[in-house]
Amino acid sequence: MRVAVVGAGPAGTRAVEVLVRAGHRPVWIDEAPANGGRIYQRPVAGTTRSARDLYGTEAAKAKAIHALGDRLRAASDWRPETLVWNLRPGLLDTFSAGRHEAIRAERVILCTGAMDRILPVPGWTLPGVFTLGGAQIALKAHGVAIGARVAFLGTGPLLWLVATQYLDAGVAVALVLDTTPFRTKARAAAGLLAEPATFGKGLALVARLRLAGVRVIEGGAPVAIEGADAVASVRVRDRAGREHAVACDAVGLGFGLKPESQLADLAGAPFRFEPTQRNWVPEHDGTGRTPASGIYVAGDGAGIAGADAAELAGARAAWAAIADAGGRVEAAEVARLDRGLARLPPFRAALERAFPYPAALAARTPDGTIVCRCEAVTAGELREAARASHVTGGAHEVNRAKAFTRVGMGRCQGRLCGPPAAEILAAALGCGIAEVGRLRGQPPVKPIPIPAEAAA
Amino acid sequence: MSATHDVLILGGGGAGCSAALHLARRGARVALFERGLVGSQASGVNYGGVRQNGRHPAELPIARRSREIWARLRELIGTDAEFEVTGHLKLARNAEEEAELADYMQVARAHDLPLELIGANRLRERWPWLGPRVVAGAFAPEDGAANPRLLAPALAQAARKAGAEIHEHAPVTEIAHDGDRFVVRAGGRAWRAPIALNCMGFWGGEIAARFGEPVPVAPLAPNMLVSEPIPYFIEPNMGVVGGDVYLRQIRRGNVIFGGGRGVSDPAIPRARPLPEPMLAAMARAVELVPSLAGVQVIRSWTGIDGEMPDRLPVIGPSRTTAGLIHAFGFSGHGFMLGPGIGAILAELVLDGRTDVPLDPFRIDRFALGSAA
Repeated sequence: MRVAVVGAGPAGTRAVEVLVRAGHRPVWIDEAPANGGRIYQRPVAGTTRSARDLYGTEAAKAKAIHALGDRLRAASDWRPETLVWNLRPGLLDTFSAGRHEAIRAERVILCTGAMDRILPVPGWTLPGVFTLGGAQIALKAHGVAIGARVAFLGTGPLLWLVATQYLDAGVAVALVLDTTPFRTKARAAAGLLAEPATFGKGLALVARLRLAGVRVIEGGAPVAIEGADAVASVRVRDRAGREHAVACDAVGLGFGLKPESQLADLAGAPFRFEPTQRNWVPEHDGTGRTPASGIYVAGDGAGIAGADAAELAGARAAWAAIADAGGRVEAAEVARLDRGLARLPPFRAALERAFPYPAALAARTPDGTIVCRCEAVTAGELREAARASHVTGGAHEVNRAKAFTRVGMGRCQGRLCGPPAAEILAAALGCGIAEVGRLRGQPPVKPIPIPAEAAA
Repeated sequence: MSATHDVLILGGGGAGCSAALHLARRGARVALFERGLVGSQASGVNYGGVRQNGRHPAELPIARRSREIWARLRELIGTDAEFEVTGHLKLARNAEEEAELADYMQVARAHDLPLELIGANRLRERWPWLGPRVVAGAFAPEDGAANPRLLAPALAQAARKAGAEIHEHAPVTEIAHDGDRFVVRAGGRAWRAPIALNCMGFWGGEIAARFGEPVPVAPLAPNMLVSEPIPYFIEPNMGVVGGDVYLRQIRRGNVIFGGGRGVSDPAIPRARPLPEPMLAAMARAVELVPSLAGVQVIRSWTGIDGEMPDRLPVIGPSRTTAGLIHAFGFSGHGFMLGPGIGAILAELVLDGRTDVPLDPFRIDRFALGSAA
């Protein structure tokens, strides 16, 4: 069996571990120079911060994944700093160091992770606005903060985690605004207690920020990010409807995560709308096996479930691939993984309920606000395209809106603007979010350069 | 049973939607049936060229007619579909290709197509960014490009306003001729009319076969790419002799180019661009415009058109069934020709004639060829 694993985060690393243990030598590809993924991204060479500083309570897990990755490099066909930009039956189209290569693989395990989900707040395209993930990578991998006085706007565990990491790194945290009211989180608390350790870590983060005197608003809403050429302040509304202006020089923005699932899409895996996460996810049978022949998904790219779940799911998907190729499966090990995976959904669902995507805010994005920053498409243009009287007839789903307005047609190919564009369109049409569909993927999943002219 | 309509149109591409518009404007009772959304296949996802330059002599009268409609699109349908007259520059990369450009000048003169043959030196004076392999060009100042995603939907919307029924998500489950009228069934309903237009692109071949006149139509999935936006400098829409690469830049900065073919499965229907032709098109594009090296490609796409062996459409009356008129197998030329073909179909239906010579496009030309 020639098998490829795309991604070297927790899921990809565990998948490769299982494949190697079963006697395979998988092709292992990641865009980064080393394994760890985004969650356990390694710092650039020469950094002096300790694992404890970089990864907090997750330091031991990060170190374990790194050590395992280092061991597996030699046992696999390790391809760092390589982009898989297309996936077709039996072939991965890759780009690395200026060179294109189509790599053969009968089975492909996609461990492609997640990215931030945004809300297009007026002013979010100003220099100085980062996603929460981007703000965290800056600190973790590059040892720099996105600003000297940072406001964090969003919802979800990452909001509180990144704010705390900035605080610990000595950066002034001007504001933490969570769009989810405390009440909503409290209601979900019973479900969160399914994972008491994780729940406790979350509570500790909030307490630390409050103790440090950081201004915290729960159940509020961002109104605008303001500044002439760069971020100078944020305006927010609290739960009582009062507006506050808070001076800052950078903003971290994020409202939960969305799967990076374009390769699964290109490979022909069907998708379903997952209402708790409010995300489209590739369908799989619980072991990672998708209906697309030879395509497996694991980790956050298969639906947001977090790093611990990703380790289990990566290993499980590898066993599924081994079984499908007629290989010997370690039944006890598979049973252990299945038990672990079965425990996770209730906690995850509670977490999603605790930090829901602020769909109502997205739907109310002001007309003049840019939704698609690559193509400068505003919320108003999207609403106009939805009208039946529009010159082209109305757009009743996102791909039609894309055709008419160019939303999602730019550099990011809708990875960033897709979810809020769907919210705005669905609200304009008065239909459910799932009914407007999802943007179809097209290669390349990320930009690839036109090569220089071949020497004559 | 009596007719419910005057004309039933199968297929909501550019030609079908244009026919619906022209017929409805002249008072005909029209119903159009589209399996998905109008302009979803070849009409909506093509390169966007509005080109007469280099067209087959048989196609030039349609191209001239269509170009006249392109010029007044805004008054006709409320949008110009981003049509811009940039000129089209067809390039030669060797002496053989240059000779072909020179030969075509006679064709252009015969059809009153403004066209200018330009040698290597003057070419570089006018467009200094052209690469060293380019040796000559033929420039057609009337040509240009437009946004294919807008044209067919806007034609359909204008047709609706003129009174046509446009049925989307309405795959035709049955079409028959009861000796008197066509009966079309879609979504459990039936429509009847004395005239049916087959504007079904690649799938037009199935309709023709059902009425006893099969033709050798094959799926065509042109492979196209678009770059990130870069400062605007490529004014003309460009192609080459042989057609292995074509390239244009839109004012917002993106370079749209293509060449070669993707893969398609008309049964689903689904079409996919392929990496090998993508990389080949990149190499050929950088040969024409070397400064494109390093520019990022952000997306690729394709769609399904129907291609005839002689790369000319089938346009005209059925030889087996009175009242059936075909217009399909546009072989990659439908975006530019569509508005004109729709007008011609309306004339065939309502006037029984048209000024444009249609003999080269008759459906029985393949049968005749094999019998000879």
